[in-house]
Amino acid sequence: MHILLVLLKKEFTQILRNRFLLLIMFQMPVIQLLILPLAATYEMKNISMSVVDKDHSSYSAKLIDKFTASGYFKLNSYADSYEKALESIEDNTSDLIIEIPENFERTLIREKKADILINANAIDGTKAGLSSSYAASIIADFNKDIRETLLQPGKLNPAPRISITYSNWFNPTLHYPTYMVPGILVTLLSLVGGFMAALNIVSEKEKGTIEQINVTPVKKTTFIVSKIIPFWIIGMIIFTLGLLISRFVYHIYPVGTYGTLYIFAMAYMIAFLGLGLLISTYSDNQQQAMFIAFFFLIIFILLSGEFTPITSMPDWAQKMTKLNPLSYFVEVMRLVMLKGSSFRDVLTQFLTICGFGVVLNTWAVLNYKKTS
Amino acid sequence: MNNKVIQTENLTKTFGDFTAVNTISFDVYEGEIFGFLGANGAGKTTAMRMLSGLSTPSSGKASVAGFDVYRQTESIKKNIGYMSQKFSLYEDLTIRENIELFGGIYGLRGRLLQEKKMALLKNLELEDDQMKLVSSIPLGWKQKLAFSIAILHEPRVVFLDEPTGGVDPITRRKFWDLIYAAAAKGITVFVTTHYMDEAEYCNRVSIMVDGKIEALDSPDRLKITHAAGSMDEVFQQLARRAVRKAD
Repeated sequence: MHILLVLLKKEFTQILRNRFLLLIMFQMPVIQLLILPLAATYEMKNISMSVVDKDHSSYSAKLIDKFTASGYFKLNSYADSYEKALESIEDNTSDLIIEIPENFERTLIREKKADILINANAIDGTKAGLSSSYAASIIADFNKDIRETLLQPGKLNPAPRISITYSNWFNPTLHYPTYMVPGILVTLLSLVGGFMAALNIVSEKEKGTIEQINVTPVKKTTFIVSKIIPFWIIGMIIFTLGLLISRFVYHIYPVGTYGTLYIFAMAYMIAFLGLGLLISTYSDNQQQAMFIAFFFLIIFILLSGEFTPITSMPDWAQKMTKLNPLSYFVEVMRLVMLKGSSFRDVLTQFLTICGFGVVLNTWAVLNYKKTS
Repeated sequence: MNNKVIQTENLTKTFGDFTAVNTISFDVYEGEIFGFLGANGAGKTTAMRMLSGLSTPSSGKASVAGFDVYRQTESIKKNIGYMSQKFSLYEDLTIRENIELFGGIYGLRGRLLQEKKMALLKNLELEDDQMKLVSSIPLGWKQKLAFSIAILHEPRVVFLDEPTGGVDPITRRKFWDLIYAAAAKGITVFVTTHYMDEAEYCNRVSIMVDGKIEALDSPDRLKITHAAGSMDEVFQQLARRAVRKAD
């Protein structure tokens, strides 16, 4: 116990003396939390469209008006031919082509139906999918309008009056920061946990000072605990900063309790520090440690459900998310902050994270060898 | 001088096909200054790492301070001091913080630690510089400080791996004064070096060539048996036989 205190004093002295690193550790998360949630939004605006209007009728003009009035689309160009419009997609100035064929109006009035062509630039798949569906709903709306004007709704032809009302539970206004902030906060904690402790140990390997520790009677568990505690505290400070920002900058008030969030974050941080330590025991220098940590972090982030919903992943990927500590934390953060889940509700996730913590840290201690 | 502090018998370490240390056998007695000589790549550091519990031998027997190098490495570590050629203090801590850290690790605390720290600082004349970061002090000071810290807990044996590399002869001479003082207190000194003038200061020296001990005796007797005028000549005669390339 006394030795642990001696080692902790050493770690804190070193961390506090490295002002630059300390500044980065606290400043970067703050800056990221202030910028990223505003930038990373799924809402589509400014979809630029290129229109090929071969009809030049009042109906075709009405349809185009409807698109531009929606707020999602902006008119990029009128093209004479489909080929011309395609060029604008090829040089990436348009996202969508709408082609209105000749005699659009006439066919529509005579035959009560007409075709138009919508072509989306699918280089960005999400954008293409969303813009086509926006376009489809605008056209549906347009359909309804002409039906009402053309068919003169009366006793024989009642206009369909079905309209859909959306209601988004737990995030009623679809406020994106509410959705993104918890996820980004989790990523930042993982960054500190996965990288800082690992790099710290590996830098002792590089300098050779770890050899001096290995030749003393310091127990390896004591040494590892002395590396975990400082970064665990730093992680909790960052977590607190993040919650303050989400409350006072983004006005996100957790529906559940801060207590539940903290208990989970504490366990999560220990688990992720264990991963960092494990990486450090397998690497000889900081480059190796960095690369391995990056490798895992990228997989963990992409499979966390933070950016794409886990339920829409293929089956094998969904199974992989079960091995991803980040996915549990993202889920719990959202459950507690947005839905108001209690600690009892997230007990399964909590125990799973504790399991990760025990396995990763034990593995790290076992793999750390004082005698080679 | 009859107490054997280090005993080895056919101690061997192999890395794959390569035999770094090949069946070496020797004893080191209490209070002795034992020089461990050899060209680069002869196997000195590997042998020293096995004796200090950093590396498990491939075969053979060895004990340090009465503890077995296979099963009792942690007991060995309580009874030895170690200073490696890779400089082994924390550069981002001050002189004082380094003393307190390593003293604390070996269980020194409270008034005893304070007393030992003050004595060390006084002995090295570093009282006014104790708040300086180790990174800011000259190499000669660092080496003396590292050695003094390695023997702060009064170990039975202290292992020094090329402790005086890269400093001038006067600084080296002063370093050896510290070694003599430690030996006078009964601490056995096991030292590797490349400097043949330093070999002359040892009670006994062994010379390793290609993983084997080719000679082991007092410097004076080695000079007689090899009909040489200095330890340098003795070393040249033996080391020239080496087949292994120096690294």
